[in-house]
Amino acid sequence: MSKSVDQPEMNRREFLGKTVVAATAATVAPGVLLTVANANSEQQGVSSDVRWGMLIDTNKCADGCSACVDACNKENGIDLQQKPEGHSDEMWEQQRVQWIRKVKLQDKQTGEQTNLPLMCQHCEFPPCVDVCPTGASFKRADGIVMVDRHICIGCRYCMMACPYKARSFIHEEVANQLANAPRGKGCVESCNLCAHRIDDGGTTTACQDACASKGHNAILFGDLKDPNSAISKVLKEKSSRQIRADLELNTGVRYTNV
Amino acid sequence: MRSSTGIKQLTALLLGGLLLVLSTAGLSESAVTKGSKAAEMDACVAPTDEMRRNHMDYLQHDRDLTVHKGVRNVTNSLAECVDCHAAKDENGQAIPVDAPGQFCAGCHEYVAVSLACFQCHRKTPEDKSSALESEPTGGKLGLLLDAGKQPTLTPAELDQLHARILED
Repeated sequence: MSKSVDQPEMNRREFLGKTVVAATAATVAPGVLLTVANANSEQQGVSSDVRWGMLIDTNKCADGCSACVDACNKENGIDLQQKPEGHSDEMWEQQRVQWIRKVKLQDKQTGEQTNLPLMCQHCEFPPCVDVCPTGASFKRADGIVMVDRHICIGCRYCMMACPYKARSFIHEEVANQLANAPRGKGCVESCNLCAHRIDDGGTTTACQDACASKGHNAILFGDLKDPNSAISKVLKEKSSRQIRADLELNTGVRYTNV
Repeated sequence: MRSSTGIKQLTALLLGGLLLVLSTAGLSESAVTKGSKAAEMDACVAPTDEMRRNHMDYLQHDRDLTVHKGVRNVTNSLAECVDCHAAKDENGQAIPVDAPGQFCAGCHEYVAVSLACFQCHRKTPEDKSSALESEPTGGKLGLLLDAGKQPTLTPAELDQLHARILED
């Protein structure tokens, strides 16, 4: 019985990509020097030699602790938002921006409870990117899935498409922002793995730092493509899983003991 | 026929001259804001006339570089525009650059071009001391130059190119 998969066939895509590259190289042969120079300048910035990911040990994630959420809110200026006038508390709770949400799972048969932080899972094949009509929802070369707010038209298709409910929409005008985290009415946003830190050479995210400072150490962030990174070593030893692995999105955020 | 052409040419010349005078008058009013960090500096990332004409293109180019390629030490960063060009009020608090008459809004109002950057972007300099993990900014002057490197323009050239701070 053949399994029906709605994922793109990557072999075909790679083949096409290589053909296009070969064709371009042939046609711009007189400008070889120029293309080489361009290739070098693109070395600056993000590279597909790395893929950022996260491993969350749910056994270490404490019930009632919200250190990661609070740190995320502070790092990304989410706490600068205020409840718009005339909004009920209920509406505000539902519509306020949330990059990380703490989720509690319970096994119906045994009653066993599991706590975990759920944020953008930084899929290799992100559905939010597939459905975006403008190209605003995109995946960076280093695997971080982000929204380019300059292009976002606020249609919220990506919010519908995301199986993890990771995205938030800004419903009202925002008075204050951080320089690192622009935010304005009419755009969608979600966790970007603290891209501003990584781009400046940082190796940790705000949530990981907060979790470690509480002594839980449930969050481990790192390069999935580097076999010597801490996260790769743990992944090799421990059994981990993706949430909704059946969707074959190959998430960059993985969980152990869930 | 010839005389009417002459009149047309003269009128065009006069109109052109008038426009030039008007536009320079308009622009010089919105020179570097008094009391901002930029007022103490020799030069922006490029000569003033170049910045006046091309800043939007520079910003757009570097924003794509930052958002999609993660290059954050760009020459033309909006945050650094704000850092330098925001004025301070009598209490020492920074005034938003998009407030009426301020550095960005002053000119944009005059030319009736809507200024959308600050619907999302921060409009006042960020207090670096409160940032969680701020990068040491020793090497970055907000100028095209590296720290300790001499400007390539002579003082006379700078004088000629750069806006003067208006006296009250």
